[in-house]
Amino acid sequence: MLNIARFAARATLVGASETIQRTTACYFHRSSIIQSSGSNPGRFEDKPEFPGSRSQYVSKLEFIEPESQEGIPVYRVLNREGNIIEESEDPKLPKEIVTKMYRDMTLLNTMDKVLYESQRQGRISFYMTNYGEEGTHMGSAAALDPSDLVYGQYREAGVLLWRGFSLDQFMNQCYGNAHDLGKGRQMPVHYGSKDLNFVTISSPLATQMPQAAGSAYAFKLQKKDNVVICYFGEGAASEGDAHAALNFAAVLDCPIIFFCRNNGYAISTPTKDQYRGDGIASRGPGYGISTIRVDGNDPFAVYNATKAARKTCLSQNRPVLIEAMTYRIGHHSTSDDSSAYRSVDEVSYWDRQDNPITRLRHFMVNQGWWDEEAEKEWMLDARKRVMKAFAEAEPRKRPSPEELFNDVYDELPPMLQQQMKEMKEHVMQHKEHYPLEQYEKMT
Amino acid sequence: MAALSTSRLTRVAKGSTWSALKRQFSASSSRLATQKMAVRDALNTAMDEEIERDENVFLLGEEVAQYDGAYKVSRGLWKKYGDKRVIDTPITEMGFAGIAVGAAMAGLKPICEFMTFNFSMQAIDQIINSAAKTHYMSGGAVPVDIVFRGPNGAALGVGAQHSQCFAAWYSSCPGLKVLSPYSSEDCRGLLKAAIRDPNPVVFLENEIMYGTSFEMTDESLSKDFVLPMGKAKIEKEGSHITLVAHSLAVGHCLVAAKELAGKGIECEVINLRSLRPMDDEAIIKSVMKTNHLVTVEAGWPQCGIGAEITARVMESTAFNYLDAPILRVTGADVPMPYAKSLEEQALPQAFNVITAVKKTLNVQ
Repeated sequence: MLNIARFAARATLVGASETIQRTTACYFHRSSIIQSSGSNPGRFEDKPEFPGSRSQYVSKLEFIEPESQEGIPVYRVLNREGNIIEESEDPKLPKEIVTKMYRDMTLLNTMDKVLYESQRQGRISFYMTNYGEEGTHMGSAAALDPSDLVYGQYREAGVLLWRGFSLDQFMNQCYGNAHDLGKGRQMPVHYGSKDLNFVTISSPLATQMPQAAGSAYAFKLQKKDNVVICYFGEGAASEGDAHAALNFAAVLDCPIIFFCRNNGYAISTPTKDQYRGDGIASRGPGYGISTIRVDGNDPFAVYNATKAARKTCLSQNRPVLIEAMTYRIGHHSTSDDSSAYRSVDEVSYWDRQDNPITRLRHFMVNQGWWDEEAEKEWMLDARKRVMKAFAEAEPRKRPSPEELFNDVYDELPPMLQQQMKEMKEHVMQHKEHYPLEQYEKMT
Repeated sequence: MAALSTSRLTRVAKGSTWSALKRQFSASSSRLATQKMAVRDALNTAMDEEIERDENVFLLGEEVAQYDGAYKVSRGLWKKYGDKRVIDTPITEMGFAGIAVGAAMAGLKPICEFMTFNFSMQAIDQIINSAAKTHYMSGGAVPVDIVFRGPNGAALGVGAQHSQCFAAWYSSCPGLKVLSPYSSEDCRGLLKAAIRDPNPVVFLENEIMYGTSFEMTDESLSKDFVLPMGKAKIEKEGSHITLVAHSLAVGHCLVAAKELAGKGIECEVINLRSLRPMDDEAIIKSVMKTNHLVTVEAGWPQCGIGAEITARVMESTAFNYLDAPILRVTGADVPMPYAKSLEEQALPQAFNVITAVKKTLNVQ
C-alpha cells in the first residue's frame, strides 16, 4: 500500500490513472508471472505498450527473412483435366451458368481475334486482347450481383460481356462511332456502362483503386447492399495509389473486393522485376486485409473466392484481397510484340497446357454437357455473330462534330457555345473540304 | 432625402452623419450591417450550412476532424457532425483525392481539403485525369461532383515548397471550375456555390487572409447566399486605369488605389473571384472605359493569369481602346525564398502596383 501511495504522489506528473493502473498491474501480475514464464523466471513479462503494438517482447535478435516464409498457397477447385479435386469445394453451378461461362469466354476470345486483326488492318487504332485471362472475368463476374459496382483496369472485357454488354456496343466503342456510349471520346477498349455498373476505363494505372475504395465507402454510408470490385494488374500494384487504396479501405472499413490479375507480365516487365516479395497476396495481411490467392485459370476457384469475399464484405464491412494467378497469353496490346521479351515456347505452353477455356471445356465434356458437335456448332455461331456486329459497326457514322464540345461541364458554357458556333460556320462555309457524309448531321 | 438611398456613395461615407441617419431611417434589406466575419469563419459557416443542408456533402482531408483543421477552418464541424461527415485521412494526397473522386462517382458530394495546394501536386493526376476529364470521357455518364479546397500561394516564411500559386495551372484545365475568393463575402458565397455545383471545382483560399475580418451584409449571412461563378466584382470604381487581381492581390490593389486617389488617379479595382470561367466581359468593359490596364497576381509571370488576361483583352474590341500596353505585376520568377527580406521582394506589394500604374499612365 505504501508503495502505491509513493507512486501515486508522482502520478500528477506522469498521468494519475495510468501510473496507478500500471503499478497495480505489476503487483497483481507478479504472482501469475512466476507461474507462467518458463524462459524468463523472475522477470516482469510485460507487453509492449506502444500505441499500435499488439505483440510480445523478444530478447533474441532475429530478422524475419522473406525466404523463411513459405509462399501463400494457390486455391484450386478444378485441375487441368477438368476434374473437381475436392468434392466439398465444387460450387455445383447449374448447367446454364457453366455453359454461359464457357460461351462468353469463347465469344470474347473470338471477338478479340477479329478486333486485333482489324487493328492490324488499320481499321481501328488500338486494341487489347484478353487471351488467357477469361477465367478471371467469368468466375468473378458470375459471383457478383449485377448491381455491384465494377472498376476495371483495361483487361476485364469479359466482366462486361457477362453482364450483357453486346458485341455491337463493344465494337461501337472501338470504332468510336455515333452509337458509342462514350460518344467517341476515348481510345478502344476504354469501355464503360452506367446501366451495367461498370465505370468507364481510365488509362493512368491504379488511379481506379482509391476511387473504388471511395465508392465502397459511399455505399457503406448510403447503406446499400452492394460491394465494389476493383480489378488491377500485378504491375499496377506497384503504384502509390495501390498502397493508399489498400490502406484506406482497411482503415475506413470499406466493403470492397480488390481483385489482382497476376498474369506474369506488365508489358515486358516480368514479375521478378516488378516485386521481390511473395506476389500481391503477401501484402494483404500487412494492411490488415483478409487475403486469398487463387488459380485464375480455374473459373470455379475464382467463383468460390469471389462469392466468399462478397459475403465477408457485406456482413463485416471490410475489404478482401484476391490475387488470381494467371498468364497473359497475348501481347500487352497491338503496340507490343511480346516475342521481343519472352519465348514463343513459353506462350504456347500456357496456351496448350493451362488455358481457362480448355479446362472448362474438359469439365463440361466430363459432365456430358458438351461435345465435339456442340463445339463446332457454337464456334461457327460465335464467329458469325462477331462478324455480323463487325460488319455493322464499321460503316456506321461518326458522332456529330458538335460532340467535341459537349460534356466538358454539365452545361455548355458561353465560351464553348461561341466556339461551337464558329466551328459550325467554318465547316458550313468550307464543307467541300470536310468528309461530312461520314459523320452524323450537325443540328 | 438622400439618406434613404442605398447608393455606393452613402455606403462609402461610413463615418459620416449621413450614414448615421441612414441606419435609423433605411428600410432596405441591404442596409449596412455592423456584423464582421473573418475569412476563416466565412469558410467554416459555409461548409457547416452545406453539410447540414445536403446529407451527401462531407469533408475529408488531413487533420480536419479532431484537430479542427490545420488552419482551424473546419473548427467544430467534427464535433457537430461526427465521423460520417468529417473524416481524417491517412497521409496520402494521392490516396484521399482518389477516394474522394470515387465517392463522387458513386453519388456523394465530397469536399476534399488539401493542407495547402502545394501538396495537391501529389494528387494532381486524380484532380486532372480523373475529376476534370471523366464527365467528358464517359460521354456524360459519370459526373464528378467534388470540391477541392485549401490555402494557395505564399504564407509568410514557409519557403519554396510551401508557397507556390496554382491559379494558372488549374485554371488552364477544361473540365474544372476554378475560384479564387478575396473577402469573407466572396468566401461564403463562392464556397456554397462550389459545393452546390455538380462539376469538379478547385477552390483556392489564402492562408494570410484567414484571420482578416470583413463587414458582412445580412444577405451574405443568409443560408442560401450563393454567388455566381464567372462573375467578377468591381471593388472600387474609377476612370483612369483598371486594376485586375484575384485573392490577396486584390487587397494590395485597394491599398495602392487609396494612395493613388490622393494623387488624383482614380483606379477601378476588379476582384476576379472566378478564374475559370473568367469574367472577361467585366474586364473588357472596364478597359473600354479607362483605356489602361494593369494585372496583379502573386503567381509566377510565365503563363500566368495576367498573361491570359492580356491575351484576351488583345483579342477583344478593348484592344482598340488601349492607350498604353498592358502591364503585369506578378511574383518574381524564382522559387520562393525563405528569408523574410527576400520573400517580401519576391511578392508583389502595393508599391509595385503603384509603380506599374504610374508607368502605364506615364506620370511621375
